[in-house]
Amino acid sequence: MKNRVAIVGAGMTLFRRRMLESPKELSFEATRMALDSAGLELKDIQSVVSGSAPDAFDGIHMKGEYLLDGMGGIGKPNQRVYVGGGTGVFTPIGGWWNVASGLYDTCLCVAEEKMSPLHPHPQYAFWSIFDQILERPLGTTLLWIFSLEMRRYMHKYGIKEEDIASVAVKNKGNAVDHPCAQLGAKITVDDVMNSEPICWPVKRLDVSPPSDGAAAVVLASEKIAKRLTDQPVWLDGVGWTLDTTHWTNRDLAYPEYVEKAAWMAYKMAGIKKPKKEIDIAEVYDPFDYKELHHMEGLQLAGKGEAPKMAVDGVTQRDGDLPVCPSGGLLGVGNPIAAAGMMKICEVFWQLRGEAGKRQVKKDARTGLAQAWGDLMQVGTVAVMRS
Amino acid sequence: MKEGKYLDVVYKFEPKYSWAAGVAISRFLAELKEGRIIARKCMNCERILVPPRMYCEQCFRPTDEWVQIKDTGTVNTYSISHVGTDARRLKTPILVAVVDLDGATPGMGILHNLGEVEPSKIKVGMKVKAVWKSSSERQGAITDIRYFKPIGEE
Repeated sequence: MKNRVAIVGAGMTLFRRRMLESPKELSFEATRMALDSAGLELKDIQSVVSGSAPDAFDGIHMKGEYLLDGMGGIGKPNQRVYVGGGTGVFTPIGGWWNVASGLYDTCLCVAEEKMSPLHPHPQYAFWSIFDQILERPLGTTLLWIFSLEMRRYMHKYGIKEEDIASVAVKNKGNAVDHPCAQLGAKITVDDVMNSEPICWPVKRLDVSPPSDGAAAVVLASEKIAKRLTDQPVWLDGVGWTLDTTHWTNRDLAYPEYVEKAAWMAYKMAGIKKPKKEIDIAEVYDPFDYKELHHMEGLQLAGKGEAPKMAVDGVTQRDGDLPVCPSGGLLGVGNPIAAAGMMKICEVFWQLRGEAGKRQVKKDARTGLAQAWGDLMQVGTVAVMRS
Repeated sequence: MKEGKYLDVVYKFEPKYSWAAGVAISRFLAELKEGRIIARKCMNCERILVPPRMYCEQCFRPTDEWVQIKDTGTVNTYSISHVGTDARRLKTPILVAVVDLDGATPGMGILHNLGEVEPSKIKVGMKVKAVWKSSSERQGAITDIRYFKPIGEE
């Protein structure tokens, strides 16, 4: 590729169940913050990549076009990328194409989501992701794909619900230290186990909340990044793959598409032994078991071995491999596209030593952010270095 | 003014859609109406695919023939759903499963409901069989199968 790509600024809004700002206002807030953090103005930005999940949440079609002016995209080369829940990490991957290719030296990447407009519940929008002929007539809800996958994962490796619950305890606890967090809380494994079953084995506290919010980063080529900052964070590897929507034909215990995306990113970044070389990871955690499932797909844990790492404290902020030091989707909140971008922001702040109370104990030099989505079929991965 | 400061505007959108089921799924639905489950075979990879498709997405060539498979199978995974499509709480939970169908390539599952079973008695690996609507009630839909129920000594 022509340019090494750096992240030079990041910003995000509060994540809340219902924000009273409009989608454009939220986008503006995150974008302005990212520009300020990079020390840039909109005139310095050459292209814009936006990310937002299903239009069905807002009931606004052409959402990329609608959001454009709040994202600083007027009159500039602009693209909207979309891979469901994987969108937040796919957005800076789209930005990476713009800069790595040599087309542009600067690119704004903005992800926004308002889930709250849809009634009676944002979950309703997800009904339309299922096969319209063979699945929707069965009364589908999005939670099914998670509860069915979680049950299969537990069965295959003999995993206990309590061990999975420890992830929710860790992430909600970590989120107490995040100023934007929606659901930071000190809870116990018993709290999770005793929370109301929604779609067993999924219980209320196994799930991240619906949220509104926005997050943004600024990308720059090496030449520009070195002029702007002494602390660029290099976006050294990106990977993304999708599997078929025939999800009931798939091995639900292991996300092979995440593994493929991870190796694509690792190879690009020259990483041969991810377990040794990745210092911190913002792994996609819309549900507690998903963090474990994805750690295995990302080669950060052997198959069926991630739960033990969580229980043993390896993935705590002071552990050998801190996972979701931000508090993750479970704690900070899950405005779909913005949540994935929040993970990119967190790795950026962690690698620059700017994460405040959330700063991990170890000296982190290489970090990873991952997201997942659509009909359990997409993996998006970014490897970052200080 | 709602929430003290900002206005809300409410709008209800009520579109209707008519989906063409396509070549493969139209035949699949027609067979369901007759109380049978049909799959497609790819002679190249020898997989028997269900839901059927007219092309093999792996070999990327047309599939070759229709194969009738059984209405029995194995529970690959299951869940007890206390919420419906719009996330409202249900009075009676829906039992939902991925059922790997006998006669298809192993791991070829479909999504369906379970019935005639206590939720606490459901197990991964349990053998199940389709419970069909009567022939006069069947209309060529996935719901022509009411649900799958356990068989054997489970």
